[in-house]
Amino acid sequence: MADRRPTPLDMISKLRSATPARIFLPRAGAALTTRATLDFQLAHAEARDAVEERLDAESLFGDLTSRGLKVVCVRSAARDRRSFLLRPDLGRRLDDESRERLKSAAGDYDLAFVIAEGLSARAIDRHAIPLLEKTLHSLDRHSWMIAPIVLAEQGRVALGDDIGETLGARLVAVFIGERPGLSSPDSLGVYLTFAPRVGRTDAERNCLSNIRPQGLTYDEAARKLLYLCNEARRRKLTGVELKEEAETLASDGLREIDEKES
Amino acid sequence: MYATTIRGTSYRFPDLKALMAKATPLRSGDCLAGIAATSAAERVAAQMALADLPLSTFLNEALVPYEEDEVTRLILDSHDRKAFAPIASLTVGEFRDWLLSDAANQETLTALTFGLTPEMVAAVSKICRNQDLILIAAKRRVVTRFRNTLGLRGRLSSRIQPNHPTDDARGVLASAIDGLLLGNGDAVIGVNPASDNPEQCYELLRLLDELRETLNIPTQSCVLAHVTTTLQLMERQAPVDLVFQSIGGTQAANSSFGIDLALLRESREAALALNRGTIGDNVMYFETGQGSALSANAHWNCDQQTLEARAYGVARIFEPLLINTVVGFIGPEYLFDGKQITRAALEDHFCGKLLGLPMGCDVCYTNHAEADQNDMDDLLTLLAVAGVNYVMGVPGADDVMLNYQSTSYHDVLAVRHMLDLAPAPEFAQWLADVGLTDTQGEIQRQAVPASFAPLLERA
Repeated sequence: MADRRPTPLDMISKLRSATPARIFLPRAGAALTTRATLDFQLAHAEARDAVEERLDAESLFGDLTSRGLKVVCVRSAARDRRSFLLRPDLGRRLDDESRERLKSAAGDYDLAFVIAEGLSARAIDRHAIPLLEKTLHSLDRHSWMIAPIVLAEQGRVALGDDIGETLGARLVAVFIGERPGLSSPDSLGVYLTFAPRVGRTDAERNCLSNIRPQGLTYDEAARKLLYLCNEARRRKLTGVELKEEAETLASDGLREIDEKES
Repeated sequence: MYATTIRGTSYRFPDLKALMAKATPLRSGDCLAGIAATSAAERVAAQMALADLPLSTFLNEALVPYEEDEVTRLILDSHDRKAFAPIASLTVGEFRDWLLSDAANQETLTALTFGLTPEMVAAVSKICRNQDLILIAAKRRVVTRFRNTLGLRGRLSSRIQPNHPTDDARGVLASAIDGLLLGNGDAVIGVNPASDNPEQCYELLRLLDELRETLNIPTQSCVLAHVTTTLQLMERQAPVDLVFQSIGGTQAANSSFGIDLALLRESREAALALNRGTIGDNVMYFETGQGSALSANAHWNCDQQTLEARAYGVARIFEPLLINTVVGFIGPEYLFDGKQITRAALEDHFCGKLLGLPMGCDVCYTNHAEADQNDMDDLLTLLAVAGVNYVMGVPGADDVMLNYQSTSYHDVLAVRHMLDLAPAPEFAQWLADVGLTDTQGEIQRQAVPASFAPLLERA
C-alpha cells in the first residue's frame, strides 16, 4: 500500500547544492515551466553565440602589443566557420601566406604561445590575456627564450604543431576556446606540446581544461602550466608519461585530453 | 564494377563499398572521408543500382577484408543460411518492398534475424525514406531481461544518467533521485564516470547498488567504465550488474577502443558468473555511434552508416540488455545538423532492430552542431513512434560532465503521456507501490515517498 505521509522535501532540497546539474526543475504538466524552459534556451543561445563569434584579432593584437609583446597574426587553412566545423584537417594547418609570415619570425625559441579561438572566441576574449600575463610574470625570462605571441584565426589545437615547427620552438602552449558547454560558454583550454611538428597526436600533449573564474582559476592554471613547462623542458617530453607524474604533484585540473575539443 | 544509366548519363561505381557510400543520404562524415556522392543525382543513381543488387551479393563480396578483420569474419561465419532462405532470391529493392508488406511481421522478422547481415540491413536502409525506417522498425520488438522486462510493445524505458563533473557521490545521488521521482530509470541507472580510476568506479557502483537495494527498485545499475576496469572490479566482487563498453564496426575501430571480441567474451562470462539478474541474463550494455571508425582512421573507406550497422553485428552475439547509438555526440564534422542527426538515428534504430538488438538511442547534440532542443523533440517523438526500447533521462537535458545536451526526465514523461506508453511492467508496478504514480499511472506532483527518507537522511 502506498505511503502518503507528508514528504521530506526539505531533505531533497538539501541535495540540490551537491551538483551543478539541472535537478528538481519545476513542472508544468509533463513539461518544464516557462521560466525553466527559457533559462535553458538562454544557456543554449549563449553557447551557440560563443561558437559563432569570431576572434577580434585586431583588438587583441593592440592589447598585446601595448604590453610590449611581439605579436604575429596567422590563419588556418579553414577559410570560414563552416569549413572550420566541417573540416578539422584544415583547422590544423596554416594557410600558405601565414606560413611565410611565420618563417620570417623563426628563431631559436624555448617556448611559443599560440592564442586560437577554437570553438569559443569568448573564452579567448575573457581569459587569454589574464592567463598569459600571469604565466609570463612567473617564467624566468633569463632562462626562457620566448617566441613572438601567435594569434591564430580558425585554429584547432594541432595548428600549434604547424606553428611551433615553423617558428623553430622547442615547446608550444596553445591557448584555445573549448567547445562550449551549456553552463560554460567561455571555458579556456591550454595544450602543451614538446618538440611540436605536424602529425603529433593528442597522447603527446598535456592539457589544462575549464580555465575560467568558476572553474580552474588563472592563478592555479598559471602555476600548473609553469610546472608542466619546466618538467617538459627537463624531461624533453609532454603527454601521457608527463601526465602520470604531474598528477601526483598537481592533481586536479590536469584532465584527459578530450578529442572533441582538439 | 557497378553501373547505372539515367537519361543517357552513365554512373560507375568501382566496388561495393563505393556503391554503398555513394548511395548513403548526405552526411558530413562521408564528405570528410571523401567517399560521399558528388552530386544529388549521383546519389540517386547509386541508390538505383543498389536497389537492383541481389542481397546475396553481400555474402560474396566483403566490404572490409575477411582476412584482416575479425568483425567481417564474425559476420560471415555466423550467417544463418537457413534463416536467409526465404529472402535469398530478393534484390535490395525487393527486400524493402517485402519489409513494408504484411508478410513482414514480428514472427517472420524474428525468424529472419540471423539470416541478415549488417551490410544487408545497411543497404536497404539507404533506399528507405524516414517514414519507411519508422514503419518497418515498429513491426519488430526485441525484449530483454535482467531485473525487469524491457522492450515490450506499448512501453518506453529510460536510463537515468546522473553524471557529475567530479563523480561526487551526493551529486550523483541527487540527480538519480530526481529521475526516480519522475518515473525514469527502468532501463538502467547508469553513470559515466568522470575518471576511469578503479577506486572511484567501485565507489559509484556501491552507491548505485545501495540506492537500488534500499528502495527495492526492479532495475539495474551500471558504471560506464572501460571493460578492463569493470573486469578488475568484478574480480574484487564489486556489485556489477551490467558490463558496459563502446564498440565499433571494424577490428581496427575496436582496437582504438582498447578491446577485441575475446575481451568482450571474457567480460560477459565474468558478468554471467556473478548471477545477479533475477529474471534474465542479458548482462551487456553497449554504446555506438556513426563516425567512430572514421575518427579512429579505422574505416577502410566504408561509409559511416554501414560501419555502424557492423557494430550491431558485433553487439548481437553478446545478447545485450541495452544498446544505444549516441547519435549526435560525435560532432558536426560527422553529422552536421538536426536533419542529419535525425536521419542517422532512425537508420541506427532500424538496423539494430532488424539485427535483433534491443535498440535505444541517446537523442543528443553538441553546441557546435547546427541543432537545438526542437530537433531533439522531433527525433524523440519519431523514435518513440518507431518503438525505441529506451532513451536517456538527463537532468534538464544538460549533461554537466560530458558537456552535451540529451533528453530530460521530463521529455520521457511527455512522450509517455503523448503516445500512451508505460515504463517496464515491473518498474511501473514499483512506481505505483511506492506511491509515485496515481491510479492512471501518471507521475504524482511533488511526491516524495516516505520510503525514500532513510536514504535521504544518510545523504
